[in-house]
Amino acid sequence: MTGTKTENRLLDVKGLTVEIETRSGPAVIVDGIDLHVDRGETLGVVGESGCGKSLTMLSLMRLLPNKIHVAKGEAHFDGRDLQKMSNRELRKVRGGDIGFVFQDPMTSLNPVMRIGEQLAEPLIYHRGMSKKEARARAVELLRLVGIPGPEQRIEAYPHELSGGMRQRVMIAIGLACEPKLLIADEPTTALDVTIQAQIVDLVKGLREKLGMSVVWITHDLALIAGLVDRVIVLYAGTVVEDAPVDELYAHPRHPYTRGLLASIPKLSDQPASRLNSIGGTPPEPGRRPQGCPFAPRCPLAMDICRTHVPKLEPVAAAGSHRTACFAAEKAREAA
Amino acid sequence: MGAEPLLKIENLVKHFHVRLGAFGERAATVHALDDFTLDIEEGETLSLVGESGCGKSTTGFTILNLHRATAGKVLYKGQDLTALDEKRMRPFRRDLQIVFQDPYSTLNPRMTVGEAIGEPILFHKLATKTELEGKVAALLTDVGLPPRFASRYPHELSGGQRQRVVIARALACQPKFIVCDEAISALDVSIQAQIINLLLDLQEKYGLTYLFIAHDLAVVRHISTRVGVMYLGRLAELASRDELFDTPLHPYTKALLSAVPETDPQHERDRKRQILQGDVPSPLDPPAGCRFHTRCPIAMEVCRHKVPNWKEARPGHLVACHAVNGE
Repeated sequence: MTGTKTENRLLDVKGLTVEIETRSGPAVIVDGIDLHVDRGETLGVVGESGCGKSLTMLSLMRLLPNKIHVAKGEAHFDGRDLQKMSNRELRKVRGGDIGFVFQDPMTSLNPVMRIGEQLAEPLIYHRGMSKKEARARAVELLRLVGIPGPEQRIEAYPHELSGGMRQRVMIAIGLACEPKLLIADEPTTALDVTIQAQIVDLVKGLREKLGMSVVWITHDLALIAGLVDRVIVLYAGTVVEDAPVDELYAHPRHPYTRGLLASIPKLSDQPASRLNSIGGTPPEPGRRPQGCPFAPRCPLAMDICRTHVPKLEPVAAAGSHRTACFAAEKAREAA
Repeated sequence: MGAEPLLKIENLVKHFHVRLGAFGERAATVHALDDFTLDIEEGETLSLVGESGCGKSTTGFTILNLHRATAGKVLYKGQDLTALDEKRMRPFRRDLQIVFQDPYSTLNPRMTVGEAIGEPILFHKLATKTELEGKVAALLTDVGLPPRFASRYPHELSGGQRQRVVIARALACQPKFIVCDEAISALDVSIQAQIINLLLDLQEKYGLTYLFIAHDLAVVRHISTRVGVMYLGRLAELASRDELFDTPLHPYTKALLSAVPETDPQHERDRKRQILQGDVPSPLDPPAGCRFHTRCPIAMEVCRHKVPNWKEARPGHLVACHAVNGE
């Protein structure tokens, strides 16, 4: 790795392993994930429910629920190791240099606090603003995320706002301290497609304005196509593919990525044709098969896939495209 | 087609009366569904799309007489279903089934899969207890599950498997018509595709008619024969699938289609979306005139006070908009 490259890394996660305590001992749910985000880069993290995409991000901030903990791995943010920070130091990072937007604004917003206060809180804590300054900034932030009549809206309680409005408030809170990194966990999943388009455009615009990096966690490959620079695909707690966005959609290498892309009906499809679904279901955490976790569902599985775990390795002749698959070359030939 | 439609829905209305305020002192009416007229042809998949709260689920419920209609008729085999009480409705329930979004809350956690699927069969006396096991096994096979699943409980199954069980239960009485109310929305993408394929296969095998309620337009285009677009309790546009997706007429349909993301990064970055501003107004107090006028990019003066007629703009293509055909 060259020096300039390291300098450009905002977030660098290596070998992150997360375990859950079960009655029969610890079960691995995130298995040695490597990922990185460069300054100004937007990374899409894609996977189906239970693949560990949210837990990966929560573990960085030590926000994991009970009984789930980081077993190994390191995570450097802006040159500092997040795992080694004291709680006090970490509190300065959460909501300060790293902003969060969660999926469900109804449970993430405090129902008995006016949204103005919720917006002002991080500004007072992280940026040492006075109440008055924070209030003025809160109005600005609401305007920034496109909420009409922000002067009146800061007096509103979350239940007085629509779902789209609440999600905008969540984004405004995530952006309040102008973070270097915004982590958005399925921020539009609960929203209608028209509102979804509004939110995606909003984040695109803000990213350029504030020059921040974004990690966008989603299960929707279509949604992030025009939004992100690079995508990592997660399956059963491992990264199975990592590629620049155009490369991933044009030449997906991992059979899971290919299956996922083929499963999505496209407006340009031949209607009523059968979709290329992936058979079977993802393994439950703790019941991961030996070898490649995707092998039981994989159309290209070979003997080696059932006994050995493939490493995430560069795809020949394309250094920035990596995949963890013994049959990746075969997949390319099939394409 | 051309034959008698399977269901004729005429001017169906559903209003909910609610009480607002801390002490319920204010009476109000939710205009969930207004003036809904539509024929559903045998063997077709008619989809209803629209944003949440537009009344698509209410439509499904009201057609099946699960909500009592405020006004209007639903004609099935010459009988107006809205006039029937629950007891007289029962023989019709066999033909008219529904599959809900959430397979977690629609299966009784204390009943095995076999009991859940067998219940409607015994209720409608379609098999004796001795024949039941074979029937259940056949239904499970139909939906792509091994017959041994009959002895399992819902918590032992994944979301996709549960949805297959729910579909098997809906099929148990050999229905003619199934309302799929967001039946695949809660499932992961790879599982969603499995269930879509299953629904298509079953339709072909049993000649089923679907009313498919969904918000995912790419899925809707994939499986529909015709598509109806709803906005705030009213039909805005109705056309054959190709017609609707290729030449949408209503400005709301156009905006909705333009918001659908596609898995093509270059196309997504370059495309100029027509983004609707604001949110859907409250159905408690829908706007006068055309209900879409508050968000419509081409609203005219007439749209603010006159409800647009439901008219045929092209053969089989109906639309409610003042700006179409220079009305």
